Amino acid sequence: MTSTASRPATGARTPLPLDVEAIRADFPILSRTVRDGKRLVYLDSGATSQKPRQVLDAERWFYENVNAAPHRGAHQLAEEATGAYEEARAKVGAFIGAPENEVVFTRNTTEAINLVAYALSNAATAKEPEFRTHAVGQGDEIVVTEMEHHANLIPWQQLCERTGATLRWLGLTDDGRLDLSDLATVVNERTRLVAVTQQSNILGTINPIEQIVARAREVGALVLVDGAQSVPHQPIDVAALGADFLVFSGHKMLGPTGVGVLWGRYEVLDALPPFLTGGSMIEVVRMEGSTFMPPPQRFEAGVPMTAQVVGLGAAVEYLTALGMDKVEEHERALTGYALGKLAEIPGVTVIGPPDTVARGGAVSFTVEGVHPHDVGQVLDDLGIAVRVGHHCAWPVVRRYGVPATTRATFYVHTGYDDVDALADGIRAAQKFFGTV
Amino acid sequence: MQLESMYQEIILDHYKNPHGRGLRDPFDAEVHHVNPTCGDEVTLRVKLDGDTVADVSYEGMGCSISQASVSAMYDLVVGKPVTEALETGEHFMTLMQAKGDPAVAEKLEDELEDAVAFAGVSKYPARIKCALMSWMALKDASARALSTTQAGGQ
Repeated sequence: MTSTASRPATGARTPLPLDVEAIRADFPILSRTVRDGKRLVYLDSGATSQKPRQVLDAERWFYENVNAAPHRGAHQLAEEATGAYEEARAKVGAFIGAPENEVVFTRNTTEAINLVAYALSNAATAKEPEFRTHAVGQGDEIVVTEMEHHANLIPWQQLCERTGATLRWLGLTDDGRLDLSDLATVVNERTRLVAVTQQSNILGTINPIEQIVARAREVGALVLVDGAQSVPHQPIDVAALGADFLVFSGHKMLGPTGVGVLWGRYEVLDALPPFLTGGSMIEVVRMEGSTFMPPPQRFEAGVPMTAQVVGLGAAVEYLTALGMDKVEEHERALTGYALGKLAEIPGVTVIGPPDTVARGGAVSFTVEGVHPHDVGQVLDDLGIAVRVGHHCAWPVVRRYGVPATTRATFYVHTGYDDVDALADGIRAAQKFFGTV
Repeated sequence: MQLESMYQEIILDHYKNPHGRGLRDPFDAEVHHVNPTCGDEVTLRVKLDGDTVADVSYEGMGCSISQASVSAMYDLVVGKPVTEALETGEHFMTLMQAKGDPAVAEKLEDELEDAVAFAGVSKYPARIKCALMSWMALKDASARALSTTQAGGQ
């Protein structure tokens, strides 16, 4: 994906593309108060998003009207449950420009990545020759970046440990970007797969996936894009993305917890052996051995999280109705405003790109003399929910020489008032700890 | 603001002016503990003199609660028999499980001295680990120091 970010003056309060008040009315949780009657300022959508009523209603509708195990049973409920499940698959596929047979439901992004990582090592020992195409073994290399969430790092470390392959990585520049100066050497003829995040969960950086895909294509390597922080926040078209896999989580895009997505190019999925095995992924089972369904069923063993999948279908409908281009613009406006507000506060340092060019709505920062936990505690006391710590991206905070950061993340219900509350809260923390 | 119930003046004092900070020689055991949810770290050394905690020295990075906790712990355990120091640790654990119950804090006031000020932390489940990290490190280091010194004595 290319970012077409113009460079709005940071700190400017341009009209927001989304109607924040109308959207907030769809989110029941936003009407509750926290910490003795304070308005909930939810700036932690990057960890998990809140759910609009439409998503909650869809789950309830499923349980109250249709509930049955999909893809098994011949009764009416089973038929309708299968219909609802597959309809949601088609919606999710349409949301990312993919045919439905390329959409695999997983538990979350983490499981989707593990699915691919285990399929690549299972490929090495698969008895079926057609499953060995992408086998990873000794002498092969897997490439990640220093920017990855642990979910897109540990599974590859473990794959390398299982197979004897070597893990290599692309580093970071001082301004929070991928350092691609050695792309041509790090991604080379030995590379079997490049795993890269599209948007950093901690820095907000949006990465030039097309450049990485182009290099991977030159050497015949697969590319897996971690879309956990991008799919919820910008229009995605997998054809334009050019990668082989895109993974993301439902719960970060207004959907329920417990459902994630692995999108894979069909011919690549079709050449992979299964990860989890059991019911509903088989073709023929004999005591001596079994054969497996084609994708996506091959990768969906067991009764799936049907209600959650239906809820995710409602979530992508909700986002589609808002318009993902508007969602992206909305967050860019908020990010620019937030970067400007934070820059006005002495002692506050943003960890990540300083402007909105190729940057999403995750703003991490440190406050001189106040530990991120303590910043978070003061904010919490004011009703403001942020994330503190290393954000499951420990190498990133280490790279920038800080023990942890405080992170604010924006979404469709975020308004300028939320960002103002954040800025005021940071000043309150400085005052409380006596650093100003 | 509810903040003052957690950030008692005593805690902020320990945070700003930590007691016993820095790693010192000699020592019988050194441990490194981390809080994996937030990345807070402490390196802690224990020096025993027989069965007595002769010194606890430490370096670490972390939030005010974790840093103040190790400082208050230093005051409480140095000069005490190891068993008593560990018992104090158990009392501190009890305090951290009290969910802010003032009766528990009151009962432990004599045993915990300054550290009783951490009672407010027990109302915030996410921060209890911050307060406990150094006590866990002490328990670990003491056990190692005892096994080292006892083995050395044989």
